[in-house]
Amino acid sequence: MDMKVAKKKLGTKEKYRLMTRDLGWETTYQTKEDVFPYVGYEGIKIHDWDKWEDPFRLTMDSYWKYQAEKERKFYAIIDAHAQNNGHLNLTDARYLSALKIFLQAISPGEYAAHKGFARVGREFPGVGTQVACQMQAIDEIRHAQTQIHAMSNYNRYYNGFHAFADTRDRIWYTSVARSFFDDSMSAGPFEFMIAIGFSFEYVLTNLLFVPFMSGAAYNGDMATVTFGFSAQSDEARHMTLGLECIKFMLEQDPDNLPIVQEWIDKWFWRGFRVLGLVSTMMDYMLPKRVMSWREAWEIYGVENGGALFKDLARYGIKPPKGWDDAEKAIDHMSHQFMLGLYQWSFGTAFHSWIPSEDDMDWLSAKYPETFDKYYRPRWKHIKKLADAGTPFKNYGLAKLCQTCQLPCVFTEPDDPTLTCHRETVYKDETYHFCSDGCQHIFEHEPEKYVQAWLPMPQLFQDPIQGDLGEWMKWVSLIDGKDNGDYAGSEDQKNFETWRGMATSNQ
Amino acid sequence: MQIDLRTVAIQPQRQAFDHLIRRFGNKPASRYQEGSYDIQAAENLHYKPTWDPDHALYDASLTRIVMQDWYALKDPRQFYYSTYTLTRARQQETTEANFGFVESRGLADMLSDELRAISLNVLVPLRHAAWGANQHNTFICGYGYGTTFTQPCMYHAMDNLGIAQYLSRLGLLLGDTEALDAGKQSWLDDAAWQPLRRYVEDCLVIRDPFELFVAQNVALDGLLYPLVYARIVDDHISVRGGTAVAMLTQFMSDWFDETRKWVDAVLKVAAAESDANREVLQEWTRTWSDRAASAMVPIVELALGANADEAVGEQLAAFKARIAKTGITL
Repeated sequence: MDMKVAKKKLGTKEKYRLMTRDLGWETTYQTKEDVFPYVGYEGIKIHDWDKWEDPFRLTMDSYWKYQAEKERKFYAIIDAHAQNNGHLNLTDARYLSALKIFLQAISPGEYAAHKGFARVGREFPGVGTQVACQMQAIDEIRHAQTQIHAMSNYNRYYNGFHAFADTRDRIWYTSVARSFFDDSMSAGPFEFMIAIGFSFEYVLTNLLFVPFMSGAAYNGDMATVTFGFSAQSDEARHMTLGLECIKFMLEQDPDNLPIVQEWIDKWFWRGFRVLGLVSTMMDYMLPKRVMSWREAWEIYGVENGGALFKDLARYGIKPPKGWDDAEKAIDHMSHQFMLGLYQWSFGTAFHSWIPSEDDMDWLSAKYPETFDKYYRPRWKHIKKLADAGTPFKNYGLAKLCQTCQLPCVFTEPDDPTLTCHRETVYKDETYHFCSDGCQHIFEHEPEKYVQAWLPMPQLFQDPIQGDLGEWMKWVSLIDGKDNGDYAGSEDQKNFETWRGMATSNQ
Repeated sequence: MQIDLRTVAIQPQRQAFDHLIRRFGNKPASRYQEGSYDIQAAENLHYKPTWDPDHALYDASLTRIVMQDWYALKDPRQFYYSTYTLTRARQQETTEANFGFVESRGLADMLSDELRAISLNVLVPLRHAAWGANQHNTFICGYGYGTTFTQPCMYHAMDNLGIAQYLSRLGLLLGDTEALDAGKQSWLDDAAWQPLRRYVEDCLVIRDPFELFVAQNVALDGLLYPLVYARIVDDHISVRGGTAVAMLTQFMSDWFDETRKWVDAVLKVAAAESDANREVLQEWTRTWSDRAASAMVPIVELALGANADEAVGEQLAAFKARIAKTGITL
């Protein structure tokens, strides 16, 4: 027998190169343009895909091994949670409104990201980039599924979860998140990466993820905490991918800078609007609160975001255009949102409510400049109406922003007593916007945004014809169960009865 | 004696999500059902893709196959992320043990020069074909319609990548980095590999996700895997003392046996949907399997020499018999 020949020692970088980018080749039977038809039209110039630095080095065998370990733990915990009536450990069933919004609006976004990353995982001409995107594609379907599975048990006992696949496509408030993800997927591959990979996953994800999962932990929701923790290491990979992608674009050609800057401006504002709902969750919907939206913004927006944009300044990147307007909105938005949700609560598949005196004291301590001055008086008035048996319901339809699709409930950045409203006339049609940021986005790509599906006009078309009952049927909303005030709701009654069964001998 | 632990009994308000009750009746849904059915946005898509303004964001008309309900194309393995990952993690452990066994016993060094050369010549260039398969399945997942059909394609794409990586490790183990370089050279330049490379590259420009499914997962895999891993590795290399090679490629053999059940199920349901579908599938399967068969001949020759024609012919007949069971006659 021959002597054993010692094999070359390969470094991890070289080994990973052989396991990934060495698999690809320059095609000769088909042209590059035909194989990767979508990579050029956005105007981003890439000269050398090999300069892509792999943001993480994970071969499939390790991927399967690590992920399976996490999956085992996750399902063991949610099984136990379901078996032991874990839902009775919640601080209060009011908390579930946040989860209902999440399942209807955010989990479908995870699925959209899954599809989007599969597409760019095929359309980018660099193997390194493709593999990183493909791993995110498979992770994102994981997130959609673990979220549905974690919330499935809540659906068995509480209202508002049951029709998430219908509300995703039809109800008015989910079109905020839907239009966001549809917007990113209908963009080209590079813009998609800035939208989801960079803006959402890197700049804004901590504002969604940390408050949400901490909120779940504070309020006894073991199921959600578990999917949060389980997703965390995936998110870390996604964040490094987002950052690598933007650096790669900027390093490849100076002409890319203005395009990338425009996208950062756009997607920061788009993301800020979508995540605005998180402000309401943090300030109003958590029975036991983690921190205020203002405090979260200081940490995850100002500090982390500030450091990031300082880091990107060496490429010529400036902080997003809407940054100052965002800062000015922080002390107002959660109150404006919750007032909106309350007055339209007949049309939401989750509950809202009037904050208690204790809650309002907390809010005024957290928002000393704004709450007592602008918002407490309105809540007090609303409370008086409710006590008199004439609760305030706004059956008028909200005017939705053509871009972000939120009702135009926000105020001028420099005048909290004046509703902000912008208009643009395009091809003889008037379009409405909630802010300068959204108007600017529209005007940059009007042909795209005139296509937006707006849920309010739909009300007057077939099969609804302006009939509220027909509309509720169409969006699978069960009147008197899914919607309205938490006070007096079936969820409230059931939760209190069941908790009583579990904790007393009555 | 059986003791029933007592828990507080609470009457559930409902059994499952509405869309699953509509499909499967008023009963608890499985996790596969929850994670697969109707989770792709179906209505009121906001914008046309800027990269393809003639189509919708999710568009069933990208393919010539027409389905009343795309969710009918279910996966008999009922893979969702968790069951998929747990299955592959177990196989990964076996594969790792096999590689460890071959390495620690020095089995690779005991291969005869002839068998080592055949193994490297046939298997190493296939890592590029597996990368091509990854591209195609990623495409089908990205542009196909309906989660029950597209989700297994993402898993398949990651499997294709895993296989490309196992083949790379096999090359490194049997012939170091030079083997990978030589394999790539063959893939790019050797006459024997050009029909297959052309096949893979032609598939890279197909933008009908279902045709791509047929070209890659039905036709090419349906011939390549049995020819390479059964006829060449098991029947030729293994019986001549190259069991080590069979150990290093066990993942691929097991994988093909498992995944073909899913591929057949998809084909069967799509063909049963309508005569029009069956005709299209027939046309695609015939065209692509004929091409795949002739592309495989020079590769099989590398191992079986003059017997290659006969081996490919037999395999093609076996393939036709398999496909006939899905309702498609070739």
